[in-house]
Amino acid sequence: MIWNDEFETLPREALESLQVKRLQQVAERVYATVPFYKQQFDKAGIKPESIKSLDDLQRLPFTLKQDMRDNYPYGLFARPLDQIVRIHASSGTTGKPTVVGYTRRDIEIWTELMARSFVAAGVNRGDILHNAYGYGLFTGGLGAHYGAEKVGASVIPMSGGNTKKQLMIMQDFGSTVLTCTPSYSLYLAEAAAEEGVDIRDFKLRIGILGAEPWSEKMRNEIEAKVGIKAIDIYGLSEILGPGVGIECIEAQSGLHIWEDHFIPEIIDPISGDLLPEGEQGELVITTITKEGIPLIRYRTRDITRIITEPCICGRTHRRLERMCGRSDDMLIIRGVNVYPSQIESVLMDIEGVEPHYMLIVDRDGTLDTLEVQVEVNEKTFSDEIKVLQSLSRRIEKEIKDLLGISCRIRLVEPKTITRSEGKAQRVIDNRPK
Amino acid sequence: MKVKQISIFIENKSGRLAEVTRVLGEKGVNIRALSLADTSDFGILRLLVDNTDVALETLKEGGFTVNKTEVVAVEVPDQPGGLCEILQVLDSAEINVEYMYAFVDRNAGNAVIIFRFDEIDSAIDTLQGKGINILSGEQLYNL
Repeated sequence: MIWNDEFETLPREALESLQVKRLQQVAERVYATVPFYKQQFDKAGIKPESIKSLDDLQRLPFTLKQDMRDNYPYGLFARPLDQIVRIHASSGTTGKPTVVGYTRRDIEIWTELMARSFVAAGVNRGDILHNAYGYGLFTGGLGAHYGAEKVGASVIPMSGGNTKKQLMIMQDFGSTVLTCTPSYSLYLAEAAAEEGVDIRDFKLRIGILGAEPWSEKMRNEIEAKVGIKAIDIYGLSEILGPGVGIECIEAQSGLHIWEDHFIPEIIDPISGDLLPEGEQGELVITTITKEGIPLIRYRTRDITRIITEPCICGRTHRRLERMCGRSDDMLIIRGVNVYPSQIESVLMDIEGVEPHYMLIVDRDGTLDTLEVQVEVNEKTFSDEIKVLQSLSRRIEKEIKDLLGISCRIRLVEPKTITRSEGKAQRVIDNRPK
Repeated sequence: MKVKQISIFIENKSGRLAEVTRVLGEKGVNIRALSLADTSDFGILRLLVDNTDVALETLKEGGFTVNKTEVVAVEVPDQPGGLCEILQVLDSAEINVEYMYAFVDRNAGNAVIIFRFDEIDSAIDTLQGKGINILSGEQLYNL
């Protein structure tokens, strides 16, 4: 099922000429109304009217999260506040939150894109949608809410917390769709089991999960333990909120990004240069229809690549590969870009190995060295040295196959790598600065 | 005829071995025999104790990674050529030894060799077929 047949299956050529037109319009709008962008464009020597094609996009300056902080709270708004009907803000783990404002039309577009996303994920009128994303400053709850109403699903506005009650409502109300973070869906399954019920006996059939990075292995686990099709959704409050990209239920492979509203680019996070089609790097998004706070070349810090092959679902909008990490976490080891999450994915794919690890980067003479500490547990432990050594060699080889660099595996005792709530410390870089 | 052995993963850092023996000692577990295999990063401590279940539980509670395997304890006359005879029996039956270690039984004057085999059942059959004395767990702990 496709929500907006005309736009979601627009031929590439028509889609790209629509993008050029909208890009020109947004460039003119921000140049005229946002002092920050006028200054940035002038500094780069670019006039909005000189933008003639999508290739001209790479001449435009980037927008950083820091720019949003520097212009806190309303400095980047392109419309006066009397036209802003909603304000959201990101959680902002450090410092001030980033603030975004929506005009009435922005809200309509957001609702439309969430409706497209839900339908792509297999949600229909008649579904009972249990929305466990937080309602509030965070965009997740309200974003999902309005999109689901638009589709015609019956929305249960649960918000987060109170897991026992969530389970009761979900069971009694016969919820068929669950929207929450991937980890919360697993938590719900565990909590249900503790209550003596099996969540797989509920009517749930689809989970639309996002707002935190997760892996293919975790998807398999969720599908098995929660008894749902687990669909990945991508969004960030700076750009829109949820609904920037979604996996279609047909392929469950890569997230379609709504290209009639956003232009994605992939850049080298260090040099800022545009990377050739299909290469992995940092995702940069330009919003081409937003009115409240349009952003030009916003650096998301998320690492992905653009899948250009057509999708079996029929949508012409290209797909983003599942986010594989944050550029802030990137290490350069012997000239190779390494994301801790890549190492994690290797470990998670090896039966029995725990995803608890620590990367120790050092320098021996002029050569960078990488040591990966991996915890031994009862599943991987053996009384024979050769079994443990072959485990080490296998991890070494798989890391080398994936990243092209050799590393040294050090097996360590269980629970010796620090666990932490939230962001875990995964890297110790001992190289001289 | 099989004897239960405990293996413990030990990181190469000071105090770990002492910690293992300390927690076992506190629970009154007596160590009958041990061997330590080591690499540059880690070691594997293998123990035969008088109470395997208590030892396993205690070590797990202490946060160690442990497992239980079965080994064979063979009695060998404590004299030149004693071990060689047994190894020849295994060799001609093409039975592979993963690892082994030994201790001497003070009372009987015999050596006891602990063998870890991949194919433990055929190893036991072969040894017994040649009249070689295999000790049960109980016999071993009562030495």
